[in-house]
Amino acid sequence: MSILIYVELDNGSIKKTSLEAVAYGAKVASQTGGQAVVLALGKADNAELEKAGQYGAVKVLHAADAKLDHENSLAYADALVQAATQEGSKIIILSKSGLGDAMAARAAAKLKAGIVSGVTALPETDGGFKVTRAIFTGKAFATTEIKSDIKVLVIRKNAIEIDEAALSSANATVEAFQPALRESDFTASVVSVDKADSELSLAEAGIIVSGGRGMKGPEHWQPLIDLARALGAATGCSKPVSDLDWRPHHEHIGQTGIKVAPNLYIACGISGAIQHLAGVNGSKCIVVINKDPEAPFFKAADYGIVGDVFEILPKLTEAAKSLK
Amino acid sequence: MKILVCITNVPDTTAKISFTDNDTKLNKNGVQFIIGPYDDYALARGVEIKEQNGGSLTVLHVGEADAEPQIRKALAIGADDAIRVNADPQDSYFVAAQIAHIASQNSYDLILMGRESIDYNSGVVHGLVGEMLGIPSYSPVMKLDLEGNNATITREIDGGKEVLKAHLPLVLGCQEPIAEWKIPNMRGIMTARTKPLNVVEPVSVDDMTVPQTYKLPAPKGACKMIPASEAETLIKLLQTEAKVL
Repeated sequence: MSILIYVELDNGSIKKTSLEAVAYGAKVASQTGGQAVVLALGKADNAELEKAGQYGAVKVLHAADAKLDHENSLAYADALVQAATQEGSKIIILSKSGLGDAMAARAAAKLKAGIVSGVTALPETDGGFKVTRAIFTGKAFATTEIKSDIKVLVIRKNAIEIDEAALSSANATVEAFQPALRESDFTASVVSVDKADSELSLAEAGIIVSGGRGMKGPEHWQPLIDLARALGAATGCSKPVSDLDWRPHHEHIGQTGIKVAPNLYIACGISGAIQHLAGVNGSKCIVVINKDPEAPFFKAADYGIVGDVFEILPKLTEAAKSLK
Repeated sequence: MKILVCITNVPDTTAKISFTDNDTKLNKNGVQFIIGPYDDYALARGVEIKEQNGGSLTVLHVGEADAEPQIRKALAIGADDAIRVNADPQDSYFVAAQIAHIASQNSYDLILMGRESIDYNSGVVHGLVGEMLGIPSYSPVMKLDLEGNNATITREIDGGKEVLKAHLPLVLGCQEPIAEWKIPNMRGIMTARTKPLNVVEPVSVDDMTVPQTYKLPAPKGACKMIPASEAETLIKLLQTEAKVL
């Protein structure tokens, strides 16, 4: 039996979260005695796709049809179902994102498959197939048994630990895949795509430096950006900051914004309202810098500094630069 | 224009979550329930569209009778009538199957809901419903404009946004800033009392997933405080102690 893993591409490269999904799928394959097969849709070089082998995939199905170059969850879900049928896959794995959830949902409905989104750890396969997922925006976890024959899992970032040093040197075989594309999946037309290409995406970032109202105004953001650059981090913000238009909406982290799960989250001048914490509680390590020692965020932090962000940020930036 | 808005009944964002019955049930004691915040955006936009284009707006909830105050609130905000599918849903697939069943009997032009429920956070019901009905689904939608049967949709994508033109009927998962939340006025509250709230029994669906147990995260260890005067030592600690750099 094969495990099918869908990988998202970004300018022809497999996204980091998708490589985690491949590693996760390969582990599930070894648990259940199958092999991990990857599906990639849109433009990508063979050399890039072969990399999936290092994370445990045996084979990559690649549909290079130019119609699939632009993200289209309807057509992508169709292609996913066709790949699953061709490979006889009973377990389908995607990484959590707007696209991942949309494809997973439509594929699950087509395949009459049970779907669990937000999975945080490898499944238990002794006596039923059970997965644990984050609920209440990370305030709790649920263990769920999937009863259906075909199972669709959407995994959260950090659902599996990847040891980059211990990756295999194996390459996956890349096979051309030609799904039958339906006209009805292409009736919508894309008017415009507005994407900040140069910025590191929050969902993918290993380190995030984030600012709140304590940053006092958009014109004071530079020290935060400097630290982010020195650390190779993405920048985020709290809801009040995006509501005030100090920073763009896509940087808003929290319950009603983006949920992130970086290795390191540095919060500058964010008091830590429960709605903000809900968006960051998947982070491995949280640093809070705030002038108010009573800020609730310190209770959720691993490291804290009480003081003026504008004095502290440059010191951190200097120390981060000397690290390299 | 026939609009269906699906709402969830969820603990308030600030609710303290705990479980009972050997960690198999949510402890609802002392928990304030609300219309899902994302669903509230969907409802607000639905009401605006109905006011501009005429037509009807039905609000749908799949769940038990304790959600009725929230359903009445949706009626007070501007829905014309409501349907409650009387069930204690176990997963997204079940909820989606109920919505699709109701929708298949009523040919709605627009089915709106939140991008995800804030209790189980799956964000898959709109996709499931779209596929079950054989119509497109998009999420998360930040802006929706209609011209006849054509919709212009602004959707958030990883690191930016995308504008699409699509034809009705559509299923859309909504989020801010699609509309401002609406607060019911006195007249709305009065008329909501007499608007129809139809309770229907669910259609049967095979068990796809069955929740077993719930648990809370392990408590966080104490926060290590670093004096501001030695702020730069943090970077070393992050590297050698926390091992995240």
